[in-house]
Amino acid sequence: MPSLGADMESGTLLEWRVKPGDVVKRGDIVAVVDTSKAEIEVEIFQDGTVEQLLVAEGTRVPVGTVLATLQTTSDESERAQAPSAPPPPTEGPSAERPRVSPVARRAAERLGVDITSLHGSGPNGAITLADVQGTAGSTQAARAVKPDEAPAPSVAADRQAAMRQAIGALMARSKKEIPHYYLQSTIDLSGALEWLGKANETRPMSERLLPAALLLSATAKAAKEAPAMNGFWRSDAFQPAEHVHLGVAVSLRGGGLVAPAIRDADRKSVDELMASLNDLVRRARVGVLRSSEMFDPTITVTNLGDLGAEVVHGVIYPPQVALVGFGAVGERPWAHSGMLGVRPLVTVTLAGDHRVSDGAEGSRVLALGGRYRQRPEEREK
Amino acid sequence: MSRPVRVSPQELRQTLIEAIVEVAPDVDPTTIDPCEDLAEQLALDSVDMLATLVSVNERTGIEIPERDYPKLATLDDAVAYLVHAAVRQVDAAARQEEDSSI
Amino acid sequence: MRSTATTITYRDAIRESIREAMLADERVFLMGEDVGAYGGCFGVSRGVFEELGPERIRDTPMSESAFVGAGIGAAMAGARPIVEVMTVNFCLLALDQIMNNAATLSHMSGGQFCVPLVIRMATGAGRQVAAQHSHSLEGWLAHIPGLKLLAPATVQDARYMLAPALADPNPVLIFEHASLYNAEDQIPTTPATLDIGGAALRRTGADLTLIAYGGTVPTALVAAEQLSSEGVEAEVLDLRVLRPLDEHTILESVARTHRAVIVDEAWRSGSLAAEVSARIMEGAFYELDAPVARVGSAEVPIPYAGHLEQAALPQAQDIVAAANEMIGAAGV
Repeated sequence: MPSLGADMESGTLLEWRVKPGDVVKRGDIVAVVDTSKAEIEVEIFQDGTVEQLLVAEGTRVPVGTVLATLQTTSDESERAQAPSAPPPPTEGPSAERPRVSPVARRAAERLGVDITSLHGSGPNGAITLADVQGTAGSTQAARAVKPDEAPAPSVAADRQAAMRQAIGALMARSKKEIPHYYLQSTIDLSGALEWLGKANETRPMSERLLPAALLLSATAKAAKEAPAMNGFWRSDAFQPAEHVHLGVAVSLRGGGLVAPAIRDADRKSVDELMASLNDLVRRARVGVLRSSEMFDPTITVTNLGDLGAEVVHGVIYPPQVALVGFGAVGERPWAHSGMLGVRPLVTVTLAGDHRVSDGAEGSRVLALGGRYRQRPEEREK
Repeated sequence: MSRPVRVSPQELRQTLIEAIVEVAPDVDPTTIDPCEDLAEQLALDSVDMLATLVSVNERTGIEIPERDYPKLATLDDAVAYLVHAAVRQVDAAARQEEDSSI
Repeated sequence: MRSTATTITYRDAIRESIREAMLADERVFLMGEDVGAYGGCFGVSRGVFEELGPERIRDTPMSESAFVGAGIGAAMAGARPIVEVMTVNFCLLALDQIMNNAATLSHMSGGQFCVPLVIRMATGAGRQVAAQHSHSLEGWLAHIPGLKLLAPATVQDARYMLAPALADPNPVLIFEHASLYNAEDQIPTTPATLDIGGAALRRTGADLTLIAYGGTVPTALVAAEQLSSEGVEAEVLDLRVLRPLDEHTILESVARTHRAVIVDEAWRSGSLAAEVSARIMEGAFYELDAPVARVGSAEVPIPYAGHLEQAALPQAQDIVAAANEMIGAAGV
């Protein structure tokens, strides 16, 4: 059972999409799992032949439970876990065997955490469970917010309650652990929207862009250039991420939200981002997401959209260190060149983690993002 | 020569509702107020609205330019718009046919 | 049935349990050194002699081997004896009877005999009675198959463990920590259960488990309170039954907290704490986030001098220190 979010403790295997003997390749969807938030299509990480299904449909199991065994093509005799978290990099001959507590080692395997990258906070520098979970120094906070008993969400109401509990737990942990600071700035989108309108005139309906795609694109580009906003806080230290996996907070119909990731958003064009967004939102709305999208986003965007409030001050998703929020795009008075005019404006906010960055750094990110947002065509070149 | 009206207002309304339910499966179509803003009453955001209109386009072939999106704000308005657009499109097609037959 | 509560000391609770048992079943009698007219070395049976007479409260000569042996014989013949041995140190004089007779006769007779005997004894230090009266030898006796060992740490257990012990067809040893006799608590007059089945959680906490029994339970609770004020929440597990060990509850607690400190007034070498630690390694190794730690007495005969005695015994601050060391530099 893969971990499909920092707050997931267990999941219900809803459906097998493969049977023993099926040949699968990396990326194939092999099962559908119900977390407390959504139905997730689980992809496999390895090529091979399905050997045995170990968990029956409808069964709720803790994260880390082996769901099935796979005969890998590379080594027919090897039994690989399927689907498994990405395997930790093979360790070279190390001078000293790291001290890792048994439960920490087990958790690291389950969560796919590379133990060699961790800093041990236990006695004599031992790596503890808290280090693996990225909650060292706040075991209590993390423990206190864990739902005591994860109810099996067999019906929608249960799932609603469980999701509310999971969101509450994660957000409470965030507010307890992360010293948030907030910045906001209002951006004139008239140039961007003009460009967008022109671009859309010549496009078929299904390929038209929404302002949201521009906002995501600008955020991804800015995050790429601001390493202090893009990454994870783990083991009492910041680990910058190399690529931008942009979490997009999508509200679910009926309440609650999920924040699946658009992978490598910094390397996607606006068109590709729009396609990703459409696909993601569509599937989130009907409650089917893929396991690879639920892996850790490096930064999250919340976009309240055209119906939302003017400004959103968001709560950072641990272990991320920043969250960008967009209020509703709307026509408002705007002073420009000594004149007052009416322009489409959006208020963008940044919630930053003071353990990693300061307001000055955050301001630069907002300014950077603003530049991209105002002149999308420039970066499209 | 009789002009084939391929879509009736009833059919267009049904098509629009089907598109909405595809995007938002939890919506009970009988509860939609035809005079209220669709996005607001059904909590559809811009991605949902775009998906709905794209679905209508795929089902009917009716082109909806972006500048016309506000004209489809309520169910009644949207049906009225789609009927006119359909008639326009059928007219245009018929004219083309006549032109080519000369 | 209406359940009411009463405030009572540990000593009076044991006396009540003895009186109750004797009034309820005429096969029950109490014997031991000075249990009659004198009222018992620790005053446990004071007044019972006057009430129930010398037939049921029997003073014995100073020969543990003889009167424990007599108790075994009486039990085999159908009585339900309660034998008081003054302290666990002196039970060594009766160890042959306890081990070679009480613990084995059911086995040796192919089940034809059973030994429904209860032996009560005081244990532990803290009263400046020096090295021949102060030791905690429960771990030695817990080594022996055929015995059941109980360690009431609360007034309620002192009051209600005797009845199920007498009902047990096999020999049961009850260890009363001498420092607990004056402890006072409010207990129900009609308890919900009379179990002597296993361990009990005396406090819950997510960060580590303190495992204690008898006299170290209150110490562990004090330590847990101090830890709590420092932001560490400790679970306190009272073993209650020292043999057979309630492995299930121990492992369950460790699986929750991932850390365990065992507090045992005995010396650590070859102790009950060593046994509990081994069980945790065997059954919950993959749940552990740190090596199991033990807090025990200094490996010396318990000293007479008050300050030395206190220095030799496990104190709340020793438990706190062990817990903090286990949690490590980062804290929790």
